[in-house]
Amino acid sequence: MNRFKKMWCAVVVVLTFIVGAASLAAAAPKALILATTTSTQDSGLLDVLIPAFEKQSGYFVKTIAVGSGQAMAMGKKGEADVLLVHSPDDEKKFMVEGFGVNRRLVMHNDFVIVGPPNDPAKLRGTKTSAEAVKKIAHSGSLFLSRGDNSGTHAKEKKLWKAAGINAEGQKWYQQTGLGMGETLNVAAEKKGYALTDRGTYLALIKRLRLEILVEGDPSLLNVYHVIEVNPVKWSKVNVAGAKAFADFMVSQKVQKIIGTFGVDKFGAPLFFPDAGKKPETLGL
Amino acid sequence: MDLIIEGIAKAIALIVTLDPEVLNITWLSLKVSGCATLISLFLGISFGTMLALADFPGKRLLVSIVNTGMGLPPVVVGLFVTIFLWRNGPLGFLEILYTPGAMILAQAIIATPIVTGITVASIQNLPANLKLQILALGASRGQMVWMLIKEARLPLLAGVMAGFGGVISEVGASIMVGGNIKGYSRVLTTATVMEAGRGNFDVAIALSLILLLLCFAINYLLTRIQQRERPR
Repeated sequence: MNRFKKMWCAVVVVLTFIVGAASLAAAAPKALILATTTSTQDSGLLDVLIPAFEKQSGYFVKTIAVGSGQAMAMGKKGEADVLLVHSPDDEKKFMVEGFGVNRRLVMHNDFVIVGPPNDPAKLRGTKTSAEAVKKIAHSGSLFLSRGDNSGTHAKEKKLWKAAGINAEGQKWYQQTGLGMGETLNVAAEKKGYALTDRGTYLALIKRLRLEILVEGDPSLLNVYHVIEVNPVKWSKVNVAGAKAFADFMVSQKVQKIIGTFGVDKFGAPLFFPDAGKKPETLGL
Repeated sequence: MDLIIEGIAKAIALIVTLDPEVLNITWLSLKVSGCATLISLFLGISFGTMLALADFPGKRLLVSIVNTGMGLPPVVVGLFVTIFLWRNGPLGFLEILYTPGAMILAQAIIATPIVTGITVASIQNLPANLKLQILALGASRGQMVWMLIKEARLPLLAGVMAGFGGVISEVGASIMVGGNIKGYSRVLTTATVMEAGRGNFDVAIALSLILLLLCFAINYLLTRIQQRERPR
C-alpha cells in the first residue's frame, strides 16, 4: 500500500502547488475584468488601447469579448468590473436597476445593412432602415441574424419592431448565434443579408462578397458607452480599476487614438470619439 | 484552393520567422495541456488501477460512469468550471477564472476520465493470474500494484496520447474558463476560432497547421517509445 500512499501524496502536493501557484499568479498584478462586445476586439481597437492602459495604470486587463447582452449579464452578477457596450436600451435598463454607475459616452460608428452584390430584395438606394427590412421580409430574402442578445442583435430586433414585422420563426430569417465576423461569413456564403457594425465589416471586407446596401439612416447609429459595475451589490468588484479604465477611455489622449484608429488601414476611421458630448447631439 | 495555399505559406512564414506571438500561443498550449495531462495521469492511473483491482458492489456502474466520462463534452465542463470559479461562486476565493490555471483545471477534468477508462481496460486486460503470481512471489500489495501498472505501461501510453490529444485540441472549455486573453490565456485552438471570426483565414489555417504539427510531434514521440518497448 506504500507506493499507493506515496502516489496520492504526490497528487495532493502537485494539486496544491498548481492551485497555489495559479492563485498567486492571479493575485500578483491587480487584475481588471473588462466585459465588452466582439466588435471592439474584432476591429483590433482593443489591441491598441489595452496595452496602453496597462502600461499607464499598472492594471492587468482581462478582456472578455462577448456580446453586449452577455457583458451586461456578467456585470449584473459582479463577474466583470467595467463594461464597454453598445446596446443603449438595455444599458438604460441596466442603470435603472442599479447594476452600474457612471455610464459615459465613448464613441460611435454606424450600422449598415449588407447583402450579396446581386441584391435580390433590391435594397440598393433604399434610404431608411424600416423600408429596407420591409423589402427583405416581403421578398422573403434570406437574412442572417446574430441571435445572441448582442448590441447588434438588439438593434436589429428594434428595426424589425419599428417596421412592424415579426421576423422570428420565418423561413427566410436565420439566427447564427455567432459573433459578428462569423455571422458575416455565413451571410457571404449563403448570399444573405445582415446587419453589421461598419467597423467589423471594414475589417473583414477583403474576404467578403457582401456590399453595403443601406447606410446613413439616423436609426442605424451605433453608440458605445463605458459603464462601471456598481460595487454596492458585489463587494469583489475592482472599483478603482473600473474607474481608472473608464476615465482612460474618455481621456483626451485616448479619444484622439480612437478618432484615428483604422485610418492607415481603411482610409477612414472605424470609430468617432464622442466623450463629453451630450447624447442629444448624436440624435439619441 | 488559393486560401489553403496562402494558409500553408503563412504557416511556414510564421514558423520560420519565429513570430513571437505565435510562439507564445504555441508554448502556452503545450504548457496548459501538458500540465492537465500530467494531473490526469496521476489521478486517472491511480483511480483506474483501484477500480480495476478492487471488487465491490456497484463497480460495473462506476466503470460505466467513467466510460461515459471519456466522452465528456468540453463545453459542459467549461460551463460548470466557469460557474464554480466565478468570483461569487463556490470556488471564487481561488480567483483563478480567466487564467491559465483555470484552463489546466478544466482540461484535467476532461482528460481524467479518458485516462481512468483506458487504465481500467489495460489493467483488466493483463492475464488474471499475473496478480496471483506476483503476490505468490512475496510482493507486498503496493509492489503488486506497481508491477501491474508497469506491466500495462504500453496500453497506458495510448491513454496518455488520448488524454493529451483530447485536451490540446479542445476549444469549448478553454475559451470559457480562459477568456482567450491576448498574451495570457490565448491558446492555439481559441486563437484559431478568433482569427476565423475576424476573417483572417490564412492565419487561422496557419495556427491549425501548427496545432496539427504539434500533436503529430508529441504522438510520434510517444508512439516511438511504445513501439520500441513492445514485448517481442
